[in-house]
Amino acid sequence: MLSYVVRRLLVAIPTLFIIITIAFFMMRVAPGGPFDGERALPPAVEANIAARYNLDRPLIVQYGLYLGNVLRGDFGPSLRARDFTVTELIAQGFPVSLQLGGIALLLAAVVGMTLGATAALKQNSAYDYGVMATAMSGIAIPNFVMAPLLTLVFGIYLSWLPVGGWRGVDSMILPIIALALPQVAYVARLTRGSMIETLRANFIRTARAKGLPEHVTIVRHALKGGLLPVVSYLGPAAAGLITGSVVIEQIFGIPGIGRYFVQGALNRDYPLVMATVIFYGALIIILNLVVDVLYGLLDPKVRYQ
Amino acid sequence: MHIRKLVTRGALALSFTVGAAFAAQAQSVIHMGASGEPDSLDPHFASGTWENRVIGDMFIGLLTEAADGTAIPGAATDWTISDDGLVYTFDLRDGAVWSDGEPVTANDFVFSLQRILTPETAAQYASLLYPIANAEAVNSGDADPSELGARAINDDTLEITLAQPTPFFLELLTHYTAWPVPQHVVEEHGNAWVRPENIQVNGPYILQEWIPQTHVHLARNDMFWDNDNVAIDEVYWYPTEDRSAALRRFRAGELDANTDFASEQIDFLRSEMPDSYRIAPYLGIYYYPINSTDPALADPNVRMALNLAVNREAITDQVLRTGEIPAMSFVPPIPGYEPADAPYEDMSYEDALAEAQALMEGAGYGPDDRLSLVLRYNTSENHRRIAVAIASMWQQIYVDTELFNTDVAVHYNDLEQGDFQVARAGWIADYPDAQNFLYLLEEGINFNYGRWENEEFNQLMDEAMQTIDLEARAEIMREAEAIALNDAANIPIYYYVSKNLVAPHVIGWVDNTKDIHRTRWLSLDNS
Amino acid sequence: MTDTPFGSEDKVGTQPIKGRSLWSDAWHRLLKNKAAVTAMIILGIIAILCVFGPMLTPHSIDAINWAAISQPPTLENFYIFGTDGNGRDLLTRVLMGGRVSLMIGIIATLVSLIIGVTYGAVAGFFGGRIDTLMMRFVDILYSLPFMFFVILLIVVFGRNFILIFVAVGAVEWLDMARIVRGQTLSVRRREFIEAAQASGVSNFNIIRRHVIPNTLGPVIVYMTLTVPKVILLESFLSFLGLGIQEPMTSWGVLIKEGADNMESAPWMLIFPGIFLAATLYCLNFIGDGLRDALDPKDR
Repeated sequence: MLSYVVRRLLVAIPTLFIIITIAFFMMRVAPGGPFDGERALPPAVEANIAARYNLDRPLIVQYGLYLGNVLRGDFGPSLRARDFTVTELIAQGFPVSLQLGGIALLLAAVVGMTLGATAALKQNSAYDYGVMATAMSGIAIPNFVMAPLLTLVFGIYLSWLPVGGWRGVDSMILPIIALALPQVAYVARLTRGSMIETLRANFIRTARAKGLPEHVTIVRHALKGGLLPVVSYLGPAAAGLITGSVVIEQIFGIPGIGRYFVQGALNRDYPLVMATVIFYGALIIILNLVVDVLYGLLDPKVRYQ
Repeated sequence: MHIRKLVTRGALALSFTVGAAFAAQAQSVIHMGASGEPDSLDPHFASGTWENRVIGDMFIGLLTEAADGTAIPGAATDWTISDDGLVYTFDLRDGAVWSDGEPVTANDFVFSLQRILTPETAAQYASLLYPIANAEAVNSGDADPSELGARAINDDTLEITLAQPTPFFLELLTHYTAWPVPQHVVEEHGNAWVRPENIQVNGPYILQEWIPQTHVHLARNDMFWDNDNVAIDEVYWYPTEDRSAALRRFRAGELDANTDFASEQIDFLRSEMPDSYRIAPYLGIYYYPINSTDPALADPNVRMALNLAVNREAITDQVLRTGEIPAMSFVPPIPGYEPADAPYEDMSYEDALAEAQALMEGAGYGPDDRLSLVLRYNTSENHRRIAVAIASMWQQIYVDTELFNTDVAVHYNDLEQGDFQVARAGWIADYPDAQNFLYLLEEGINFNYGRWENEEFNQLMDEAMQTIDLEARAEIMREAEAIALNDAANIPIYYYVSKNLVAPHVIGWVDNTKDIHRTRWLSLDNS
Repeated sequence: MTDTPFGSEDKVGTQPIKGRSLWSDAWHRLLKNKAAVTAMIILGIIAILCVFGPMLTPHSIDAINWAAISQPPTLENFYIFGTDGNGRDLLTRVLMGGRVSLMIGIIATLVSLIIGVTYGAVAGFFGGRIDTLMMRFVDILYSLPFMFFVILLIVVFGRNFILIFVAVGAVEWLDMARIVRGQTLSVRRREFIEAAQASGVSNFNIIRRHVIPNTLGPVIVYMTLTVPKVILLESFLSFLGLGIQEPMTSWGVLIKEGADNMESAPWMLIFPGIFLAATLYCLNFIGDGLRDALDPKDR
């Protein structure tokens, strides 16, 4: 098991290298540059800036320089936020995104699994339909509609909660709910689907035939099997959630890193984009490893090669 | 994830907020939305109006803006201009000091001007200072910074020499490119001088904290020369990029003022909070450059037809509805300059449309032989709605318009390279002078996206630059503008207005054409 | 059907019949599910409205009525859904937007389904080095932030509408592949697979006949989640200015516009919102019905 984990982490190094290479060249293929904006720069100024950031060197040289810097742990300055390095930007934003996304994920997992599992047990009952239809509204209403709706109702009409910022528990409630809602729906749907599948599987029939009490059958066998696809889903979903959501951050004015993924690419802020890509890549690799280990724990039929 | 820990920390933060709110009884704190996240707090790296708002509370140039936006003495109290309009001598304010007590000297200004123009600084906006002698050569690396036309005669006297007479030069000095930075601090800390732990300022407020994407927190600078007349103790600037969200925060009382609101909200504001928004004329134009190198658009008659067929009143009164002014010239009304009249200025829309049809028919187009154009715009709700409206107006003059929207980087990159037919663009004046608009049509200027070229226009603009007499100069520029309008160089659409949300308890807010409202002039009525 | 070296007369003969009966059985079971049938009818109506409706409405998608900008729903001029901020008929736009949204949802999901199921089943079935290699490739693609990938594709290829489908489908298959692989991992050690292997059935046929059908439950559930996800993703792209070009539209774009005006012009949000939500609900119930109907272990 330990050697499996170590091996997977070693394998991650070439993976990250490939990711860096793909992202670096893809980014440079995109038309437009970091300093194309409302106002064109005079040639002299543009040349000065290009020289300052080595953007005037051949692409392959820039790539080499970048790789060297990354190996030294230097991810470069942001081309936009000139007072910060990209490392500082991500270091400041990530704890916020982690809090926001982590709580939302936990909420989504607990609520979603509970709803999904109970609905599966009462398949095709009114409870089943009611729960799933309610959960579906989390998917049916886009978050850029849900978020302003929540702020209007709870922030402005009722004045219960702040509508923006990230300063204390009260300001966290609405964004966490807005972020978790669609995930609740996804998790509930997946749990229900695979639970029903599992409940019909042979080993459950066997367990029932052996006369095991129903709750033992469900908890010990059905739930375990039923959660496999959910675990599969939650891994990448976790990466998505804890690296922030540009919509939620923008609407609630939250200083997470979600916007850097979009703004970095749109602004052609090359160092920032590269850093977000590397960061995201590393996170995904770790989370996938966690998922695979969990798989092994939940399903004895899976073996580590 | 430890929930309990999180909750405790949150509770602490909550009680802290509450505590701060009580303390605020004694302190006057204002919360303002700047409409964008600053790229930098270093005035030499700034490039947007939102940075100007934040940095302008910390630094003051030789001249500065009064509450109504007019240029008034700032770090300089007095100045003289030589008869040829080339040499400006400034007398610096006695006893003015940086926030650490070091005096603000003429050398600080010389250092600052040299710093922003040094190629290695790579300042985006350096070209604004090109009127200063040798500035362009220094910025291009062709001259040593010491050759720049700025020198300290003594600690209190600064002399700036220009390359040619520049009537708007004093206005230009209120711009952030000309603000001083503290030489002793910059030399000690390099580009990190602007961090909260290092920064020293010469303006009314000093940086306390900057959390990216959250807020910039400023507090009173006790060493500021006019500190006694500054009412507000602390300023929080928020990067309110999402205008709908900003309005909600404003309604919830979390913001006292915010720059800009979405046009869609105007009906709501008019009926629900009529005392909380401000609309005022703004020195800027929204226009469509036309690519004169495009075979179809090289024909001035086609360009004129496109101009005639745009119903500007419909756009300002029905699409935007926030008091924008239909643009019948390329230069908005500026004190001391009477814009030239476009040929369609006094025509009814029906007549203009008939004329446009006639012109198109004359150019060989008709109901069965339509002109296909691509109209490009960068992503924004208003750009989209205006483009949709104009496409439908052009349909009446045998033009099929394909709308093409891209993100801002691609948009302007393609515009600069001339890769467009008709496109959306906007221009906000750097200083209130007609030249700042008209030079966008000069040959060889890279803002001249449409590559419109006219020998006579260029000559007139050169002549205007050499003319010291302001009235004669304005008349020459007017003549040049008339040429551009008659040749339909581009399509002026409307003059911008500034839009602000300002709570009624904010005192001292004066609408002005620069849309600059320094916090030092404001106060809060907390009764 | 190509005969494999191990293919026996017996198998080639019986399999097609069994296949037919599997699907026709499923179809009958589906028709017994009231919720699913209702959902199919509603979705059918929405689809027909979107395909043929715009031909019947009195206004074209880009016709501007300057006298009726942001007009609330009214019978006058047949603006029964009202007009948008440019004075265009919202009914026509909602229906046209439906065409785009449904098309995007279906095409992108199919792309992701075909790639994802094949890829995941092969990786999970063969296991070992092949699995490691294939899943490492997925890991690499996975580790590129989704937005980065889509934004760059769209920025590079400009206004080519097809590429949005390709981009979206090409990213969504990763999830599908992981889920199918996970299912396959637990299926492949089942007795019937071992039996098939022992009796010499080719790997291709085992995957096709035994592995894929046994993963269909979760796959179909996931599909019914993918279609709305894709539809919403498209709107998010439009929100960033990377989506459909005017005057074409989509439900996502309309809802985004509506969300900006939700207090002053609620109809701009409500009508496209109802269409979108109804579609998503229907897909949900159809997905459930299909899962119940297709479940081979239920027989």
